Formats: sequence, structure tokens, C-alpha cells
Amino acid sequence: MVKGTWTVKKGLAEMLKGGVIMDVTTPEQAKIAEEAGACAVMALERVPADIRAAGGVARMADPEIILRIMDAVTIPVMAKCRIGHFVEAQILEALGVDFIDESEVLTPADEEHHIDKHAFKVPFVCGARDLGEALRRIAEGAAMIRTKGEAGTGNVVEAVRHMRRINAEIRRLQGMRREELMKAAKEMGAPYELVLEVAELGRLPVVNFAAGGIATPADAALMMQLGADGVFVGSGIFKSKDPMKRARAIVAATTYYDDPQVLAEISRDLGEPMPGIDTSSLLPHQRLQERGW
Amino acid sequence: MVEPMRVGILALQGAFREHAQVLGRLGVETRLVRRPAELEEIEALVIPGGESTAIGRLLFEYGLAEKLLARAREGLPVFGTCAGMVLMAREIEGIEQRTLGLMDITVRRNAFGRQIESFEAELQITVLGDKPFRGVFIRAPLVTRVGAGVEVLAEFEGKPVLVRQGRLLACAFHPELTDDPRLHRYFLGEVAKA
Repeated sequence: MVKGTWTVKKGLAEMLKGGVIMDVTTPEQAKIAEEAGACAVMALERVPADIRAAGGVARMADPEIILRIMDAVTIPVMAKCRIGHFVEAQILEALGVDFIDESEVLTPADEEHHIDKHAFKVPFVCGARDLGEALRRIAEGAAMIRTKGEAGTGNVVEAVRHMRRINAEIRRLQGMRREELMKAAKEMGAPYELVLEVAELGRLPVVNFAAGGIATPADAALMMQLGADGVFVGSGIFKSKDPMKRARAIVAATTYYDDPQVLAEISRDLGEPMPGIDTSSLLPHQRLQERGW
Repeated sequence: MVEPMRVGILALQGAFREHAQVLGRLGVETRLVRRPAELEEIEALVIPGGESTAIGRLLFEYGLAEKLLARAREGLPVFGTCAGMVLMAREIEGIEQRTLGLMDITVRRNAFGRQIESFEAELQITVLGDKPFRGVFIRAPLVTRVGAGVEVLAEFEGKPVLVRQGRLLACAFHPELTDDPRLHRYFLGEVAKA
């Protein structure tokens, strides 16, 4: 019997596909998410919109909050650590969380290095804006990728940009001759072996979710139609007027993403969504997606 | 060889793509099932791994459960893996969770612990021959009670992890995450034709 193998790390991500992972800050919210059909929850002290509003240094959540959320639900519980902060990751692994998000939503602890994720038994998910970034994270051991989008804005435009860019770059690799793939690897700063694998598969070798700005069932279905394997919803649910109703609608939209009749039905009368932010109004230091190397 | 057959894969949430790939390699036609009417068009069904609470909620809310139970009563062969096994069980230990209750078994969810306890192990499965089968257990359930008429086909540390009841087959592990198609072939052959 062997634990923590690449197959079981990558495998848990495969099991999350077609599902919605919801940010929660209390056991009560976690129960609402589970009841609504979330395939996992992300245990946080504050949702990204509040992290953005609070400013200062954003760190790993208090273990007490994470443990209480783990006790409240039977679905997988994820938690975030800062980019490069491998001790926060060690603590999260010791707590027994099911997945770690090495996340740009928190303040980076290292401006050059990400965590060596192969050194852990617990799987990691990391954000990416383009294919090179995604493949660097996979080479470091990430078992799952998500778009960065622009967290805490309720604006899907950046997630769309990142998903389209990654998929366009994959299609470009598929059209290349083998000797051209080395040049592509060099240009995008990605390991050659992974570039070869992507060119062959026509997709990333791990699951790729959409994240960062998803606030409505239509947003979730849009990302699924653009090729996402599933979605993360951060502030979008518990910053809205009726979280249970919205959570259920986003879950259904992620399954029935290609059925406009169902989408029309579930989008009705959901109450106010979270207030949004025009991402073009953000100053460079307010753009969380720029964090990561 | 497997006879041509149309196999549905419940595609509400979870690892349905991997099952489609294994079944495709065995040469059968696959259909992703998301709507009640699609259950009419298939000759066997796979319920994949994923989160049983997420799949279960959509199953009951979108009218698939009723149709699926009716088809199972008519003898539709069903193969559930991991969350699929949980959904096929009559009873879940310790928690209130709505299931299809197709098989007379009791299941304990996350029986081995959280993700860091997830593991791979070699299993001896007599019906598949002498060569061991690689069991991939991810936050896996266990069978804690088997009713009369349920056969235990494999155990791990003395507990059932692969069970069969007539045309119903369920396992706690993930054969779709390996390159070994023997268990899928067994389902399409022995189980579905029983």
C-alpha cells in the first residue's frame, strides 16, 4: 500500500470535475455549500472581496477555522497558503486538509519561487494566466490548475482571458512540428517534456478549473463552454443576497452548461449578485493575478 | 472481445471522461447521461466517482433517480465506482444521505480517512484471474454490511471493496484511473449478460 502517489493526487482532482468549489468562512456556510451540491469547499478567514477591501498582508487562515469547517462537512476541504510559503503548506498538510491552493489571493511569501509540491502527500492546485505558467506549476507538482482570473471582483473577464489564452496556446502547440516544440518550450518558459505531452494530448495533463470573478450561473456555464473542467466560486456566493439559491443554481449551471433552457430556468429570481468591480479600474498593485512567477 | 453495446455514463459530476475512455477502448458505444430521457437509450449504466452528495442532489432534483430506479427494476446493468457505490447502497453509515438504494449493502463514506490517507494497493480479484488488480482508493468508501444475495468479489484488509448483486456491480476504488480494463470488461460481459 502506497499513499500520496501522483495517481491519487491527480485522481482527486479528476473526481472534482464538472463540479463547483465554493469559498466558505464558517461551518454554517460550509454546510450550505455541501447541501447545495458543491463538490468541495475552500476554507478561508475572509473571501477574496473582503481580503481586497481589508488590504495589508493576507496569510493562511487560522487552523481553528479550517478544522471547524473540516468537521462540518463530508466533502473535500481545501485551504490556501501563500505563494512560496512551504511552512504554511506543511501546517495545512498536518491539519489534514484535502487540497492546498498555493494562491495569489494571499500575499506572496517568496517573489521568485513557488513551493516544491512534489515534496507533499497532499495535492496542490495553482493559478495560471497562460500555458507556460500552468506547465511550470505542474512541473513543480501541482495536481490541478485553475485560471487566476481576478479574484474578488465578481467580473469574469479575466478568467475568460486566461482560459482562452491557455486553450489557444494548446491548439497552437498541436499544429507544430516536433522540432518547433523545443522553441515553443523555451519561449513560454515551460519544461519540454510537458510541452510534448500537451501537444500530444490536446489538453493539460491535469484538470483545469475556472476561477476568479465567477458570480452567476451564466458565468459558470460560459467558463464550462470555453473548456473549463469545473469552477471555483469565491466571493460570488456568500456576497450575494440569497447564497443557497445562487449556490444551487451555479451547481446546476456547471452540469447543464450547454442547455440554455435549463440555464434560463435556474437564472430566474436569484436576488442581487455580489457587487462587481471593473477590473480596468484596478491599479497595478491591486491586480492579484500579477502575483506568481 | 466485448459485444457491441450502448453504455451510458452518468455525467452529472465527477470522473465520467475516464470511464468513457476505458469503455471506448473496449469498443463499446458510450453516451453521457444528464437527462431522464437519455436513460431510455442505453443498455447498461456506469455511475462514476465524484462527490456522492453533489451527484445525488442533481440525480434527485432533475428527475433521473426515478427513471433510473425504474430501468434498474427492468434489469438494467449498473456499475458504480466510489461515489457510484455510495449512491447504489441501501444505507450509509452514520449520516443521513439520500441514495438510490439499489444494492443491499451498507457503506461507510471516507472510510480510510481524508485525502492524505488515499492510497494504491494490489487487489486479488478471483473473477479477473491471477494477475493482481491495481486498486486506486481516493477518499474511498468501504462496505460494512452485505445482505443476502450480495457476492463479495474482492476485499482489502478483510473488508469488501468489490461487490455484485445480480446485474449490479460496485467497487470502492477507481478502475477508470488505471490502464487495466479487466473490471470494465467483466461488467460488460459477465455482469450485464447475467
